[in-house]
Formats: sequence, structure tokens, C-alpha cells
Amino acid sequence: MIFPKIKVLHSHGWQYIPDLNDVTLTEEFRGRPELTVTEDMADVEAAAKLCPTGAISVAPFTLDLGRCLFCGECALRAPRNIRFTNDYKVGSTSREALVVTPETKQIDFHKELVRKEIPQLFSRSLKLRQVSAAGDASIEMELNATGNVNFDFGRYGVEFTASPRHSDGVVITGPISKNMAEPLEICYAAIPEPKITIVCGSEACSGGLFSQSKAIDRSFLQRHHVDLWLPGAPTHPMTFIDAVMNLIGKKQRQGNQ
Amino acid sequence: MHYYITNNTSTEAVAIKDIPEVEYATLYNDLKERLKQEQYHVAHYFATPDENRLMFYIVLLDDKEHQIMLARFAMEYYDDIALPSLTALHPALHPFEREITELYNVHFGSMPWDKPLRFAEARRNRNSTIDNYPFYTIEGESLHEVNVGPIHAGIIEPGAFRFICNGEKVLHLEIALGYQHRGVESEFTSTNNRLRQTLLAESIAGDSAIAHTSAFAAAIERLSDNAISDSLATERIVALELERMAMHIADTGALSMDVGYQLGQVACEALRTMTINTTQAWCGNRFGKGLIRPCGTNKPLTKEKVEMILSNVEQISRRYAEVSDDIQSSPTLLSRFEHCGIVPQNEMQRIGGVGMAARASGLLRDIRSSHPWGAYNTEPRHDSCTMHDGDVMSRLKVRCEEVQQSAQRIKSLLEGYTTSEKHLRPDYECNLKPSHLSFGLIEGWRGEICHVALTDDKGQISTYKIKEPSLHNWLALALAVRGEGISDFPICNKSFNLSYCGHDL
Repeated sequence: MIFPKIKVLHSHGWQYIPDLNDVTLTEEFRGRPELTVTEDMADVEAAAKLCPTGAISVAPFTLDLGRCLFCGECALRAPRNIRFTNDYKVGSTSREALVVTPETKQIDFHKELVRKEIPQLFSRSLKLRQVSAAGDASIEMELNATGNVNFDFGRYGVEFTASPRHSDGVVITGPISKNMAEPLEICYAAIPEPKITIVCGSEACSGGLFSQSKAIDRSFLQRHHVDLWLPGAPTHPMTFIDAVMNLIGKKQRQGNQ
Repeated sequence: MHYYITNNTSTEAVAIKDIPEVEYATLYNDLKERLKQEQYHVAHYFATPDENRLMFYIVLLDDKEHQIMLARFAMEYYDDIALPSLTALHPALHPFEREITELYNVHFGSMPWDKPLRFAEARRNRNSTIDNYPFYTIEGESLHEVNVGPIHAGIIEPGAFRFICNGEKVLHLEIALGYQHRGVESEFTSTNNRLRQTLLAESIAGDSAIAHTSAFAAAIERLSDNAISDSLATERIVALELERMAMHIADTGALSMDVGYQLGQVACEALRTMTINTTQAWCGNRFGKGLIRPCGTNKPLTKEKVEMILSNVEQISRRYAEVSDDIQSSPTLLSRFEHCGIVPQNEMQRIGGVGMAARASGLLRDIRSSHPWGAYNTEPRHDSCTMHDGDVMSRLKVRCEEVQQSAQRIKSLLEGYTTSEKHLRPDYECNLKPSHLSFGLIEGWRGEICHVALTDDKGQISTYKIKEPSLHNWLALALAVRGEGISDFPICNKSFNLSYCGHDL
């Protein structure tokens, strides 16, 4: 009975990422795009026409990561103009900062928008309540992964709680269905002040593919202040970890990596 | 009764006019008898407006003869006649009839329970909302109710569970779903942008992105007469089996967590990470989003990627075998998993259970063996793994075996595989045949996924219907917990791990 356990333990070894500040994802990963203006923008026009969420604008040339589902088709249509890098640091306190322009070398975090009490109160312990409002399960699994043996975000005191009453904020995933609008509001009301709101995933940021659907009700976001916008389909655990560390003052986004 | 007969290897869509239009009474009498036999089950049954009529389509599967049987019937759109309900005889039709009633106000006579299926935006009865849904109740001094959800304790999708308990024991569990309703099916028809439709397919259930997109791609390829190459079909199956491995390993870890077996939990978390990172190194996304595209691919396998997949899968399969050996030799785990959450085979068949949960109950429902497509259609044929007890342990054992089967399948497909750099690119512009019905039938990791697309006379998709395996299996979960202690609910739930968004659409 004990021998099989030793075998599992031995094969398992040490799995965790030793330094969460020093992670590079595979080259295949599609993160922050780089845009280049060329004389002939016909390829970009074709890509903009194809883009399923209308994330690309041609003049001025921008790509809104809050809408982007990172399918990468535009980079195949307009390879001279759009290139996806593996930079996962794409979260920001500002919705506008998610709009990538040809000048963008990194997504600005806009530290000045962080409310003063957030790093003061939550830098050592941040408990979050997640609410899936029509998220497609992949993003929920990625948020679960932030606490798993591999990423172990719990080492910084950031964890997810069962009850909103024990939490310091809410993480919303999904485009927010009408049927979830009321439960979300009730859950948010149960969180003690001061509380933070994190919008996780491009579908949560903009509604994504469902922004025009009649089954969606996004009025919550008009009523409440959002502290963190995280693009992705789904948001990679490292995107979440990086942005939350910036939010609670554990690190400062810098350099062009 | 006459059906249009096709099968899952067919590369062609079916002209709607070729599908026999029958009287409802004929269909009713035929299904009444036919569904008593295990070899038949209904993969899809839905209604859709057709000018001033309501047209009903049924997709019946014959597992023994490997046939897909199609038929349809019509009624006047505003007819107020009650069709005799098939649910009373065959509860497997319950979710289908509930959906038809919810959307079109069609009444089925002697329908045992016409509860709204998902409180869809397009429902006819606007007074019925998810927030005022009256749960089933039982009176009695010794009984109490426990409400769970819609928001659950973990990071998981929403759904409401209402338990009626006698002491610690669950007498009855009612599950109310619909919180995740996004209007997926209507989004498919509100756009002609094929890429947008592909991404919609990827988001039906994010944990089954590869399976659902494969079903969508198959439906589109049949509608556009684009038979894909053998090598592309093979690569899709490699992706599908990687998805199955990742999710079965994730569920093994989740079950381990719920019984306090931390070693199994962390080992499985690490192994799942390795599996989905393999998919990510192939296509840039851990869930395989971007990998499956209609009529071609943007991510053909290269020699390096084949080697990377083979070596990772070899390691995952070896290490996962160690975990499953440990589980099966630990009495403390077995005492939690065995004889818990039992769904007997006859119940599973009656309610239309599919996929791995059905196989754990001894009911052989596996599209890979009953309606094989692509590489499943060549030797060696897929040998489905079935158990008999229908308890949590059986569902776990099916997972343990299927991970090894998937690893073996990937190995046999990729060893000596000649990569083909000349794969066609995806085609988002191809014309679809007008007035046709097309389908995609895939065995995802949960079970049978059936997509049906109808085109109008201009070749636009006019109806898109999705059947997720969870549609039927949610009832299996409700039956599994009857008579169990309520504290065993988490392991019963995880042993099924059903999709909320795939059900609510």
C-alpha cells in the first residue's frame, strides 16, 4: 500500500514553477500582438472583415484585446501588419489600455488607477470569490490552475474562497448572461467593503462573441467600478498572476518582455 | 416506417427533401417499439420553423448496424393540438420534448413533467423565469431541503441544486439549469462569418473545444463537399484524444481532492498541466482553441511536434498508470468510491445516458465504436471500455483505462506518421449546399456530441442545433445521489463532471 505512493511521489518530483516572475511561455502562445503600419493596408482590411468580434480597426490601426479571442487568424491574413508575441502580460487597470496601437510595446498597467487602499490592505492576503456568468469552463479551469501545484499562486496569499463574505473581491468570467445577472449582483453585495472587481477573459471584458446576444445582460459593469481587465480566451494563469501581483503592489510591470 | 439512412463516414449532407416526412402517429408508434431495444437511441430531436409550419427532425442512431436514421414531421405553426408524449414511455426523450415545449409552446399529451429546459431567451412563456422557478417539494416532518447554488463553492460554472433529505440521506435531487444560457444556437444563424461560427463552436463548452469544433467542422465539410485528407482526419483525432486524456486526468485529480487524497490530486494536476501544455505547444492554446478549423488547418503537425507529443504522452501515460495503481490499491479510497452513486444499466438506458458515464454502467454508448469516423474506422477498431457497477469507482476506472487507450491510440497514429506540410488552409468562404441537412457526430471525452445544421434555399445556415452529452447525463447525476449521504454529493458530481454551458447553450 505504501510502495505505490512512493512511486507516485518519486515520479512527481518537484513540479512547481520556482519563480513566477521568470516565466516564458511557448513560442506558439498567442499573447500581446505587435502592429505595423504598411503602405498598403489591404491585408488589414481583409483581417478586420474576418475578425469574429470586430476587434480590429483599420484607420487608425488598432486591435482591441478586450474583444480579441486570440484565434490568430488576422496574423495569418496580414502577416506584415499583425504578429502575436508570447507576452502574456496583457492585464490592465484601464479598459482603454487594452487597445493595442502600432506604438504599443507593452500593455500599460496604469498603476495610478489602483485605489490606494488595495496594496495597503491586500498585498499580503487577497481572497477572491469567482463568479462564472456564462463562462465556457475553460476560463474557470485556468483560474483553478492558478492555485494548483504548478503555479501555486497561494504562495503570495492570493486564493479563492467559497463564500463571498470571506472574500475581498469578485472575479467575473463569461459575457454575463441574463440568467446570472441577479445572482452576480447578490454575490457582489455580500462582499464586505472595500472590495475589488476583476473582469477575467475577453468575453467578460466585452461580451466577446455574445456582445449582441439578447441573452446577455452586462449592466453590472455599468453600475460597478472595475479594478482589473484581463483579456484572453481563456485568460492564461500567468496573465492573471502577473496582473494581480501588479494590482496588490507585489511587482511593477516594466521593460519590454 | 421509412427513414433516410446514412452513416458517420458519409462525406455528404442530406437534401432536406430526401428526408421522409411522416405523420407524427407513425413516428410515435415506430419509436415506441424501437427504443425498447438497446441498439437504438435518439441523438437529436428538435423543432424549427419552416415558413408557416413547424418542422420536427429526429436523428436516430442504430449502434448495431452503424447507421444514422433521419426522419421529420410537420405541424401548422399555430396548431394547438397536443402530440402524445414519448417521454412517458422513454424518458430519454424528456429533454428534447421539454425544449420543444419551451421554445414553441407545443404541448405533448400526458407529458410527465414539462419543466423549462434552460429558460432560454426565446422561450414563449415570459412569466417563467429562472429566479422564480418552483422546485419540486415533498411535505413531511422528517424532511428538510438543502439549496446549493446557483453559485457554487469552487471555481465552477453556475447551476442550482435542490436536495430533499431525510436526515443525512438524499431522497431526491432536482437540478435547475439555464444560468449559463448565452444564445449560442441563435448566434450561429445570425452571422455568415464562418470563422465566427467556428469560434462559437469552440466556446460551446471550453473543456470540449476540440470535440465540439470537430463536430462543427464535420457538418460544414459535409455541406460544402469538402472531404478532408486522411492525414488531417488523423491529426484531429490526435487532438481529440489529447483532450480526453487531459480531462480524464483532471477529473481523477478532482476526485482525489474530494476524498482528501492529496498525493493523487497534485500528481494529476501536474500531469494535466503537462497534457494541456502539449496541446499548447502544438497550437498555442491549452484547450486546443485554434486547432480545429473547417476544411483545413492552420496548425499542421511538424516532425518536431510529433516527437514532442509522443514523448510527452509516453511520460504522462506511465506516470498516470502509477497514480491509478495507487488509487486501486488504497482501501481508504476504495471505501469512498465503491458502491457510491450507483446508476444501474437499465436506468442509464431509459434516461438516454451516453458517453463514459453510460459505459461505467455497462451501457455501451461510444461513437468511436458504434459510428466510427476517420482513423477509428480503420484497424485496430476502437475497443470501448465498459464497467458494470455504475458507481463512482466504475466511472473512475473507465477514466483510468481510457487515458491509457487514448495514449495508445495517439502512439499508434503518430509512430511512423509522415507529416504533410501541404495541408489545406481553412476555408471560411466555401459555399454551402442549399436546403440540406448536415451533421457532426463525435465522441468527446464526456460522450456523444451531435451537431445538426440546416441550410435555407440560399445556402445560409438557418438552424443550428447542438446536443451535448450533458443534456441527458445531468439526470443520471440526480439519480446517482438518491439514497446516498449528502456528503457524498461532491464525489458523485465530480465523477460525472458535466457541462453547464454545453447544456444551457
